[in-house]
Amino acid sequence: MDSLDASFAALADPTRRAILARLASGEATVNELAKPFKMTQPAISQHLKVLEDAGLILQRVDGTRRPRRLAKSGIDAMDQWLAMLRKALEKNYDRLDQVLAAMESNKEGKRR
Amino acid sequence: MSKLTLKTEGDTHIVVTRRFAASPEAIYRAHTDTKLIQQWLLGPDGWTMPVCICDARPGGKFRYEWTNGKVGFHITGEFVELRPYSKIVHIERMYLPDPTPDNHVETRFEPDGSGTLMTMRMTLPDPQTRAAMLATGMEKGMEASYIRLEGMLRVAA
Repeated sequence: MDSLDASFAALADPTRRAILARLASGEATVNELAKPFKMTQPAISQHLKVLEDAGLILQRVDGTRRPRRLAKSGIDAMDQWLAMLRKALEKNYDRLDQVLAAMESNKEGKRR
Repeated sequence: MSKLTLKTEGDTHIVVTRRFAASPEAIYRAHTDTKLIQQWLLGPDGWTMPVCICDARPGGKFRYEWTNGKVGFHITGEFVELRPYSKIVHIERMYLPDPTPDNHVETRFEPDGSGTLMTMRMTLPDPQTRAAMLATGMEKGMEASYIRLEGMLRVAA
């Protein structure tokens, strides 16, 4: 749960979501990631660190470059967890379907 | 096939839609009548709502308490606007055990063919609260706690 908390906290920031969106189309260096934002490289690096600590991105060493990419396992964990929650919501409304059907048949019963 | 949609909107909104094969009136009653609420607003299997207080009028308060036999939690809230049978506006917070920031919820029921389209739009005070709500409240299976981080999961796909 701790790591999921970190994941969601990491996603509370629009810049970090935009970084993830950029990385979805392929790996990128800090320079490349900084370009679309009016932010300094250290500021972007700070965002990258938050994403990395949350398990959402990974970096590899390529000479002097440190390209970042999405970490599939971190994203998958959140996706699975959200799917679970979605199921809970669906459960509520499936139950509501039953309640509504019972209300309807009561009404029919009284009419007869 | 799922009839449910969940998506985020902007940085602070969550929008849930669901179709029902019943009239707006019936669904509105199921959201405001305690005997009906206790039958469905329960989240995952194994949870019950032993306390359900709902004073469904503008300014009226509500309190829902859930338990799974071992642990429990509750929410409280106030109704802002009730327009039978098309709209409910309320504010709620969850106690974990400290109160979470207020969640402003507008629920609409619109005729849709022979059934009803429900649209629930939540507004949180800030993006951090929305993220925190995801990370804590949702596992409790509450109405206010469901979301799909559409944007971010789409980018991960």
